[in-house]
Formats: sequence, structure tokens, C-alpha cells
Amino acid sequence: MPAMPLLDIKNLSVEFTTRAGTFRAVDGIDLTVDEGEVVGIVGESGSGKSVTSLAVMGLLGSNGTVVADRMHFGGKDLLAMSPSQRRKITGKDVAMVFQEPMTSLNPCFTVGFQIMETLKVHEGLSGKALRNRAIELLEQVGIPAPESRLSAFPHQLSGGMNQRVMIAIAIACNPRLLVADEPTTALDVTIQKQILDLLVRLQKERGMALILITHDMGVVAETAQRVVVMYAGQVAETRPVDALFKAPRHPYTGALLDALPERALGKRRLPTIPGVVPGIGDRPQGCLFNPRCRFANDRCRIERPALFDVDAGKARCFYPLADAPVGAGEVL
Amino acid sequence: MTTPTTTGVPETLPAASPPVSQPPHPLVEFWYHFRQNKGAMAGLAVILLIAVVALFAELVAPHDPNIQYRDAILVPPVWQEGGRWAFLLGTDDIGRDMLSRLIFGARLSMMIGLIVVTLSLAVGLALGMIAGFFGGVTDALVMRLMDILLSLPSLLLAVVVAAILGPGLVNAMLAVSIVVIPHYARLTRAAVMAETNKDYVVASRVAGAGPLRLMLVVILPNCVAPLIVQATLGFSTAILDAAALGFLGLGAQPPTPEWGTMLASSLQFLQRAPWVVTWPGVAILVTVLAFNLLGDGLRDALDPKLKR
Amino acid sequence: MLRFILTRVSLVIPTFLGVTFLTFLLIRLVPGDPIEVRVGERGIPPERLLELRHELGLDRPLWHQFLDYIGGVLQGDLGVSLVTRNSVFSEFVTLFPATLELAALAMLFATVVGLPAGIIAAVRRGSIFDHGVMGISLTGYSMPIFWWGLLLILFFSVGLGWTPVSGRLDLLYYVEPVTGFMLIDTLMAGEYGAFWSALHHLILPMIVLGTVPLAVVARMTRSAMLEVLGEDYIRTAKAKGLAGKRVIGMHALRNALIPVVTVIGLQVGTLLGGAILTETIFSWPGVGKWLIESINRRDYPALQGGVLLIATTVMTVNLLVDVLYGVLNPRIRHSR
Ligand SMILES: Nc1ncnc2c1ncn2[C@@H]1O[C@H](COP(=O)(O)OP(=O)(O)OP(=O)(O)O)[C@@H](O)[C@H]1O
Ligand code: SF4
Ligand SMILES: [Mg+2]
Repeated sequence: MPAMPLLDIKNLSVEFTTRAGTFRAVDGIDLTVDEGEVVGIVGESGSGKSVTSLAVMGLLGSNGTVVADRMHFGGKDLLAMSPSQRRKITGKDVAMVFQEPMTSLNPCFTVGFQIMETLKVHEGLSGKALRNRAIELLEQVGIPAPESRLSAFPHQLSGGMNQRVMIAIAIACNPRLLVADEPTTALDVTIQKQILDLLVRLQKERGMALILITHDMGVVAETAQRVVVMYAGQVAETRPVDALFKAPRHPYTGALLDALPERALGKRRLPTIPGVVPGIGDRPQGCLFNPRCRFANDRCRIERPALFDVDAGKARCFYPLADAPVGAGEVL
Repeated sequence: MTTPTTTGVPETLPAASPPVSQPPHPLVEFWYHFRQNKGAMAGLAVILLIAVVALFAELVAPHDPNIQYRDAILVPPVWQEGGRWAFLLGTDDIGRDMLSRLIFGARLSMMIGLIVVTLSLAVGLALGMIAGFFGGVTDALVMRLMDILLSLPSLLLAVVVAAILGPGLVNAMLAVSIVVIPHYARLTRAAVMAETNKDYVVASRVAGAGPLRLMLVVILPNCVAPLIVQATLGFSTAILDAAALGFLGLGAQPPTPEWGTMLASSLQFLQRAPWVVTWPGVAILVTVLAFNLLGDGLRDALDPKLKR
Repeated sequence: MLRFILTRVSLVIPTFLGVTFLTFLLIRLVPGDPIEVRVGERGIPPERLLELRHELGLDRPLWHQFLDYIGGVLQGDLGVSLVTRNSVFSEFVTLFPATLELAALAMLFATVVGLPAGIIAAVRRGSIFDHGVMGISLTGYSMPIFWWGLLLILFFSVGLGWTPVSGRLDLLYYVEPVTGFMLIDTLMAGEYGAFWSALHHLILPMIVLGTVPLAVVARMTRSAMLEVLGEDYIRTAKAKGLAGKRVIGMHALRNALIPVVTVIGLQVGTLLGGAILTETIFSWPGVGKWLIESINRRDYPALQGGVLLIATTVMTVNLLVDVLYGVLNPRIRHSR
């Protein structure tokens, strides 16, 4: 029997009640993360990546309802916990880094205050020890002159620096799982690389598990061990990174990979996937991807596929792609 | 997406054919949002009711507001002991029917609101457009003047103006109008400044539209929404301030059935005949509240930021 | 920061000059000759009139007169009341503490009630409490306060006999005015009975004058909190595992306070305007009642001086609020 995963989620769904009716943003997702593992989650905008991670953190607003067959962290049932029990874990054992560093820090408090707050609440540190630990953390995330930065306000720092501060806050209590939701999207291209390197380094040094949510297939290829591809609130495909990149099984994954520039070399135009992720009112019958799928047939338009076993993982498709590189020889 | 810039999944993969849905007419959409606001609907209903009553005051009022029934002095409302059916809400100290006076007072208040809003809106609009359009020294001068007016408490300013002009309903209306001009001027100026550099204005300018035409036909329609809201709320300010002036003896003079004036002249009966004091205040409160509810509702329905 | 303050001050100066000019014009705009206005209703022989004109500098060009006026104002010379023959400035200074005491308590009342009400309404958005707060505050905002005062007097003073009808202090007591603030003076004199009496006299006027600011503070707090609660940094605070109280009372409130404090400061104008009505109803011996009496007695120099001093007070407070805004908002405090 394999060791128990750190994060173990079965059949997670999140529904939002809006004026226009209820909307299922996440629809029956399974997600496991092992101790020290890096899992990449990719998918188009609106596919439910952020909502999934917020559900794990317990940060969804009052209009979001979370249901799951199982939602365990470190062997404890997250859904059975009281809010105050849950707060003991959030920010300590599970921490999160958000997409917008400039707005994710409180503009009215100094950077030092915001780091020390976490340490005070979860570790009970105070006085000199607290301050030293904060300086140490700023050092670890590569902020120069950390001592003087303690009294800086977020608006006095650049986006990249703020994101480092966010990371320092997140790793302050040595979390076992770090969720990074598009941590580099809002940053300059040159800074993106630095922040990613920082995250990967910290992950390796501390052996913490990392869920890396991103739009960037290239980043996933470099950092993750396993990939979860999400489409319209569901898992489309989940497999180890090499297997997935070598031979994607779901047509959607195939299309995403085709969108990568280096794969598109030699073609006159970069392939794109026509259509958009279905929203509130326009869920198609059958396979959710069928209106945009090149391989869709009548069965796909009537029946909804389950997550089928494929080599080394799962894919939600009746007709998983074969080993041949997708779209080879086809010229649009 | 012909030239890739990053190795990435585009935020949204371009659609082959973007979904085209016909947006509803703005007025239809506005009404849809407005209707859901129960408070605003109630306010609108009350205002319509008051307006109708005010318009047909002669027909609705059971008595002439100025006739003194010498045999019916300080008669309490009909449901109190000693009340009479002829005087539903009672009579005042010289035997005039309260209800009839309130009804004619409604006519005055609505008129005050209408005149004050029209006057201040017209002047404020003109000043704001001039300031926003010409900018520079003109702008600075106009806006400094507005700042000066705003730096005085509005009621104090109204009191001073009324004191200078002398007491009376017309002067009170003028005083209140002057006090609220800066709000319209500021709003208009901000809207004009925001719109002046937008493409469609530049385009009309290039096409040879004159400044006046530009302002009235091109820019003005685009800052109508906040002005409508402000004008609605302006009704309540006007009614409230005019009543306050009346109460202080600086507004309408007795025997005019203006609500504030009625209150002032009934002060000494506070203990003996509370209804004489109660009704005019209720009338002011209900009317002002109705306009404020309507204004809030209009703002919510017109403000695209709050739209869901 | 110093630079920020200096900029603000320099922006206020033209407004102050403008207000001074307006009040300067005031006495020239009222019907009747300024001399007659100054000397009152009595008629005077024409040659004496010319003499007086010269004495008062009224034969000099307008701009010269204005400079003279400003010179006087800067030295605290605001002319002499026609009725009492006292210096307008000293009359104002004697009466102002009564108004200030009333206004300060009204603002305190508005803040102490309005702030928590707005916060809870925002946190429980859409609840019965929220609807209640919004309904009550809109009613308060629409309230003709002169009538509201009468109703309260009718109910609490006449009906229940709980509170006095008018004045600042029971006739039983006499307290030597030191600061002019009755609550402080009575305490300093060690007259606790008088202190209670002063407090009793303050309650109704305080509620009446505080009603509109209360409504404004509650509504503003609610909307500021609603806006702040949707911000990313609130999500971050929750992601740190902070308790709800700390997230709301510290992370959200600290940000929401920036606009709320501004609004509270801007209510000072409303308060001083409302003081005219409140003081008239409660026979409160402050500057508001004094102004109305001056108008009724055609004491235009008193009106002129009073208006200028009140406007100056309002402008000063607004300036302080501006500076406080900078202190509260780090983004402004540290700019350059
Ligand atoms: N609080 C909410 N109320 C209603 N709908 C919501 C809420 N939060 C998210 N959604 C909806 O849920 C869907 C999934 O959103 P989510 O933010 O998880 O997408 P995402 O995959 O993170 O996209 P992106 O790449 O843009 O971050 C979207 O359609 C979004 O509109
Ligand atoms: S099930 Fe059919 S439509 Fe869906 S992805 Fe597979 S081939 Fe395409
Ligand atoms: Mg997201």
C-alpha cells in the first residue's frame, strides 16, 4: 500500500450562487499531492484553477458552496473541521501565493508587520526573535537589505519585490504545501524567471509540496512532476509530466501543446483552439470539449466521457490520442 | 496570435466566431435594474402621488387653506377625542384645516424643488462646461469660486443669502439655488474633462463641430446620468433647506402654507396641540425621503460599476 | 510630509481670501447704506454722514477698502456689534465654546454609533440588520432636524420629563466659565451635580445635531467596508489563517477608515450649519443662535464677522482632515 498522500481530494465540486442562478465552477475533481511533490495545474482562463485552490485553502466567499467525497490534508478531514481548527492549518501548513502581488499585500501596513503577523499568530514568536526570523525570511526570498525593508510599505516596492514578500509570508511557518496561483503572470518577463527559480529552490530546500497553477506549459515542463489539465471545471487529463509532453492523450492537451511556439515551428501559423470554455449557460451535451474538438463524433455529442485510464494516468476522452505527434503534417 | 511572444497558453484562446448577443436597449436595461430596487420604486410612487396631489390641490383639498373656521380652533385629528370628520388631520391655532394646508404646502414644496433644481442645474451646468472646456485660467477662476461657496456650511450660506436678499419664498429659493450650484458645476466639469479627450469627441472636433455644438450635442449626453442622480437628490436638499429657512423666518412668510413656515408658527402649541407640529414635519420627511430613495435607486441603476 | 502639508495650506489661501472678499461684500450688499447699517436705524445729518464716510474709509476705492478690511481681519478686528457695541470677535469667542462642545459631542455620537453600525452592516451584507441600518440612516439623512428636535422635546422633555427643554445648565448652578466647555468647567469646579445637569442638557441637542452625520458616517462606513472587503489583501489576510475579527477589525477597517475619516471631517460644515437650527430650537447659547439673532436685529457687522469666523473654522478643519488623510494613507504620506 502506497504512503498516504499529503493532500487527498475526491470528487470536489464548487458551486456559486449568483443572481443568474447557480454555476458549477468546479465539477467533480480528484486531486492528490504527495509530500514534496510538484503538481502543475494548467488550463484556459475560467477553467476553475483558482476556484479549486481557494477551495483547498477554505477561502471561498459565502456564495461558494464546496462539496467533496473526501478532502483530507495530512490525514485530517478539512471539511469536518471547525473554522477555527481550519485556521490553525491555513497559513501554517498550507500557504498560498496569489497572482497579483501589488494588490495582495495590505497597503496600510509595512512589509515587516505583515510577515511578522503570520509568525506571531502561528508560531507565537515575539520581540527580537520575531524580528530576526522576519529578516531571515526576507533574506531567503532574495530581498536585498532586508533589515531596512521591514519598515517599507508595499507601494514602495516593485511587483517582483512584493511577490517575494508574499512568498516570504507563505513560507514563514514552513508549510508542507504551497499553492502558487499564477505567481508570475502579473510580472515582467525577466522577473518571472527569477520568481519561478525562487519557488523551485525553496521547494527543493524545504521539501515542501507545491501546486503550481499556470498558463505556461513551458514552466510546467521544467518544474512539475505531474500535470493536471483542467477544462470547464473538470480534469481533462492527468499524467506525469514527461509522458504527457511526449504523448498527450486528450485532444485538448494536444491542442494546448500545439499552441507552444517551439512545437509550432515550421508551420506558417500557430494553431489555436477555436471557441471558448463553456460558461454558465452554455454547457454542451456530451463531452464538454466537443464543440471545439477536431475529433468529435456523434457519440461525443451525446454521451459524456468519464476519466478513463490511459498509460500512467487518466484522460477524459472516448478516443485518446495515439502516440503520433499531434497535428503533424497538418498545415492550417 | 500570429506572433507568439511567450511560451504559453493564451488567456483565452481566440474564438472562431465570437458569440453575438444583442444587448438590450439601455433604457430597458435601466428599467430592469431600477424595478428591482423596492425602496426606489416606493420613493417613485410617493413622489408621483405627491405630485398629483400638488397639481390638483384645489380639487383634492377639502378646504381653502387660508379660511379660518372660528368655531374650530385647534381641533385634534379625527381619531382623537374631540376630532371632527370635517378636519381629518385637525386644525391649527386660527382654525385652518391642516390637511388642506399640507396639500397646498405640497404644491409649494414641489415647486420649490423644481425651480431650485432647474435654476441651479442650468447655472451649474453652464459653469461646469465652461470650466471643463476652456480649462486654464477660466477653469481655475470658476472652480475657486465654487470652492469658496463650498467652504461655507450650506445652511449658513443660504441663511446669509436670504438675509441679504430679505425674507420671502422667492429669495429663499434663490438662496438655496446658489448654495447647490457648485455640486452641479463640479460634476459637469469632471464629466466634460473626462469626455473631452475621448476619441468620439476628437473625431467630432476634427469633423468641424463648433465648441457649443460639441458641448451640447456630443459631450452633454454622456454626462447625463450623474446629473440626473444629482438633480433628484437636489430636490430633497431644496425642499429641506427651503423648509429650514421658512422655519427660521427667512423663507416663505405666514400665512403661506409652506411646511417649514407652518412649523415655525405653531411652536407655541407644541404641548397643547402636538398635531400642529407633527404633520408638517412628517410631510417634509416623507417627501425628502422619497426623493432620496429615488436618487439612490437611480444611481444604482445608472452606475455601470454597480451593475451586476 | 511637510511638503504635502505646505501644498495643502497654499491651496487654501486663495479660498480664504475669496471668503473674506465675500463677507467684505456682504455688508455692501444688504439693502441700505453701509453707514446707516453701521450706525443703526437712527437718522444722521448729511455732513456727519460725509465725515463718517471718511472716517470709515468708505470714500476710498473698493480695493483699498478691501485691503483695510483684510488688515483688520488679520488682527482679529471684525468690527463692533451694532446692538451690544462689543467687539464682534470677542462675542464670537465667548459663544463659540458652547457650539464647539455641542458639535464635538454630536460628532462623537455619530461616530460611536455610525461606525460600528456601518461595519456590521457591511459584514452582514443583505441581512435584516443591514437593511435596517440602511433604512434608518436614509431616514436620518432625510430628517428635517428642526422638526426632529421638536419631536424629541415633545417626547422626552414634555412627555417623560427626562431631559430639560432648553439651555446649557440648570439655573440652580453657576459655574465660572474657564474653558467655556460646560462639561470641563463643571468638573474643574468640582460641581458634579452641575456636570450631570450639563450632560442632561446636552443629550437631546447632541442627538438632533448628530443625526445627519450619523447617517452619513454609517452609510459611508458600510460602502467603504464593502469595497475593502472585496480586495485581494483581505483574501491574503484570510489565507494567513487570521481570525475573522482581526481580518475585519484590522486589515479591512484600517483601509476603510481612510475615506470614512475624510467624510467625518467634512461633516464639520454640516454640523456648524445644523447648529444654527439646533441652537435655535434648544435656546443653546452658541454662535448659531447668535447669528440668527443678529440677522433678526439687522446687526450686520456681527453677521459678517460670524460668517467669516465660521467659514475659517470649517476651512481649518478641512485642512486638518486633508493632512490626517495623508497621515492615514501611507501611499500619500511617503510620496516624495
Ligand atoms: N465568487 C465567484 N462567484 C461567481 N463565480 C465565480 C466566482 N469566482 C469564480 N467564479 C467563476 O468560476 C469560473 C472559474 O474561475 P477561476 O478563477 O477558477 O478560473 P481560472 O482557471 O483560475 O482562470 P484564470 O486563468 O483566468 O485565473 C469562472 O467562470 C468564474 O467566473
Ligand atoms: S470525447 Fe470526443 S469530443 Fe471529447 S475530447 Fe474526446 S474526441 Fe473530443
Ligand atoms: Mg485564476
